[in-house]
Amino acid sequence: MALKEGDKVVFKIFRYDPEKDKAPYYKDYEVTITRTGMMVLDGLNQIKWEQDHTLTYRRSCREGVCGSDGMNINGVNTVSCMSHIEDYNANVLTIKPLPGFPIIKDLVCDFEDFFNKYYVVKPYLIEKDPPPGRERLQSPEDRAKLDGLYECILCGCCSSSCPSYWADPDYLGPSAMLNAARFVFDTRDQGSDERLDAVNSIHGVWRCHTILNCISACPKELNPTKAIAGLQKEILKRKY
Amino acid sequence: MADIDVRIEEFDVVIVGAGGAGLAAAIETGGSKLKTAVVSEVYPTRSHTVSAQGGINAALANMDEDYWIWHMYDTVKGGDYIGDQDAMEFFTKNAPKTIIELEHWGMPFSRIENGKAYQRAFGGQTRNFGESLAHRAVACSDRSGHAMLHTLFERTLHQDIAPYVSYYSEYYALELLMDKEERRPIGIVAWDMVNGGIHIFFSYAVIFATGGNTRNFRTNTNAHVNTGIGWTMCLKAGIAIKDPEFIQFHPTGIYGVGNLITEGVRGEGGYLLNAKGERFMKTYAPHVLDLASRDVVSRGMAMEVLEGRGVGPKKDHCLLKLDHLGHDFIMDKLPGIWELAYKFVGVDCTKDPIPVQPTAHYHMGGIPTNVDAEVVDWDGEKEVPIPGLYAAGECACASVHGGNRLGCNSLLDLVVTGKQAGRNCARWIIEEKPVFPNPPEEFIADKYAKGIIDRIKGYYEGGEGTVSMDAIWEDLRDTMQENVSVFRIEEKIAAQVKKLDEYEKQFKEVGLTDKGLTFNTELAEIFDLESLLYVSRVETEAALARKESRGAHSRDDYPERDDENWMKHTFTKIDENGKVEIEYVPVRTKPLTAPTFQPKKRVY
Repeated sequence: MALKEGDKVVFKIFRYDPEKDKAPYYKDYEVTITRTGMMVLDGLNQIKWEQDHTLTYRRSCREGVCGSDGMNINGVNTVSCMSHIEDYNANVLTIKPLPGFPIIKDLVCDFEDFFNKYYVVKPYLIEKDPPPGRERLQSPEDRAKLDGLYECILCGCCSSSCPSYWADPDYLGPSAMLNAARFVFDTRDQGSDERLDAVNSIHGVWRCHTILNCISACPKELNPTKAIAGLQKEILKRKY
Repeated sequence: MADIDVRIEEFDVVIVGAGGAGLAAAIETGGSKLKTAVVSEVYPTRSHTVSAQGGINAALANMDEDYWIWHMYDTVKGGDYIGDQDAMEFFTKNAPKTIIELEHWGMPFSRIENGKAYQRAFGGQTRNFGESLAHRAVACSDRSGHAMLHTLFERTLHQDIAPYVSYYSEYYALELLMDKEERRPIGIVAWDMVNGGIHIFFSYAVIFATGGNTRNFRTNTNAHVNTGIGWTMCLKAGIAIKDPEFIQFHPTGIYGVGNLITEGVRGEGGYLLNAKGERFMKTYAPHVLDLASRDVVSRGMAMEVLEGRGVGPKKDHCLLKLDHLGHDFIMDKLPGIWELAYKFVGVDCTKDPIPVQPTAHYHMGGIPTNVDAEVVDWDGEKEVPIPGLYAAGECACASVHGGNRLGCNSLLDLVVTGKQAGRNCARWIIEEKPVFPNPPEEFIADKYAKGIIDRIKGYYEGGEGTVSMDAIWEDLRDTMQENVSVFRIEEKIAAQVKKLDEYEKQFKEVGLTDKGLTFNTELAEIFDLESLLYVSRVETEAALARKESRGAHSRDDYPERDDENWMKHTFTKIDENGKVEIEYVPVRTKPLTAPTFQPKKRVY
């Protein structure tokens, strides 16, 4: 659906103010297309700045790298700043906070549990030997193993799209495990044993049922399911 | 309304800002086992360091022969000779070991065949004092800022450091508390955005690392959070802002939206075209063409547009061609660029050129610091450090960028000066054993945060305002873009000063619609706008006063650099009545060990 300047699209937005509302509700706003290529975030900004200052959401870089504005748009998790309004091919966009996360206000969720699970996998390079005087050497092929892993922006879209994550409050989730894989497959890292121990549990890699929602939700087109499968193989390799 | 909740915290060090500079500082203070609070408007990995693309300059010599002194020469020349050469020497000399440390912490640099880190060409970077192009920018694909910010954050999670670093994410810092008699900081006041409420942090030392602030321009590369709260907190506390007139316009922001397209595109062989399909940079920089420094390239683009050779129906932009680099190369070395161009203007850059225009990007100026990252006052004769107050990264001005920053010197700046601030702060606390600013038990809130609490209460208890915040903000962006842009002239800058008077008057009539305490982003935007008014004020008045053209400050009415009268730094302060006071401070031309690079005509 090609949108032109002056066209209107309805944003049906999930609203909840814990200080005022007994229950959440949806409110419709009319967004006017002011230029081609408008993103959902531009529409939210238009509402906040011109219609309703109380609308609450996170945003910062507005170019898909800071990971602030993960939300659910017409049923799919993504970052609003990189989602064209017209790509939804719809007159109405239903915008909700990330599913499965506690809600603070409107589209703002509580990420505390999400980040705590990220910290569990020890997301930092562990070195046992003292480093050399120069940079460590790494072949372009070994470095290429990190592509598809290091680009994670911690937006929460993948974990929040995962039914296993909703069902098991202790499940580490696809994001934390993708970040575990980012270090396990780094040839410079020497902490794989402890990191694999952290994910080798019923609430870790074995909770993944390859539902694959995380793949379609990731705005950076990463593949957390593949990363989890990689970790499973690594665990099995070490055991047998 | 109910009373505003006030909480008190005590730390050894408070760092304001959790981008690259703040985290680099936290690694040092946390690593020295000092109890450190990192206060930030956003979670650390959301900070704007994440958007940097191209790389980090360091004379590692992985691709070809290189020395820090060559890097220093380029930096001095790129800054149009107004940079402080002691800081520039420290900066360039420490670059290689800083990169190596980042690698040891896990930063996933792109690699070359022999396993060393990949380095690419970038604007203004040369070998042998301007002889030929250097490959000096260590890169992580075109996601160098993301890789660096995550690496620094990851390092603070390491078991040796994590116990000492407490993150206060989504706390909006509002005021620097100073002991006026001793003229030293005793902490800060911040607003808890999630729950609503005031937090007063008392500490031995405060480190500012609040990043950039070009959200006051219509097209800018900055994130929504880049509103200059660090500058504003300092100005309100009577601390100067140095050289605010030097605002970098990056040549290649995406047309219409401003998102950054890295200079690395030109470093890898991309180039700019005008409407006639000419590679116009040969007119403005015959030797290095599109890899001249950013001020030169942006002026070249602006000239093409002024002379009617701009592209598009409005003839107001240029094109960046890179399809000749080939699909595979682009997808390997510039994948993020491909994504941005495709998403924001629908251009597949493996086939078509990207529409670009000069875009407000970076502040060379900032909170004045010395080579040790200590914030300084000017006493009329010399710079006097304020004990316990430090600043690093874009919000600070050492000055390592002079009048114009070279590409890939900013990621280096934030990590070198961030570490320097953290290290010197830790040394000062551990060796000098200052007295902790013990607040009296009672009436703390009344004594230290009364102004802020009253103001916030005023918003909550007051009406919804008679002036819309957004009307001011929209107009501010347009007029700054029009009047304090790539080319500047007396009448326009003076007109902007008057405009700012109006905005400040209108701002007093702005009210709050959202009366909730929980995650009140409208309140945060009021603070953002207030801060941008402070930033715009010092930028504009300093630009009006500097009657020469140097680096990024280009005056149509004073087109030449004037070393005799203007080789000096601007120190701007705002007095209690909102009036700007300007003092001029000599440039520190003597490096630590190297000979001084004397000013020369700048040719690329």
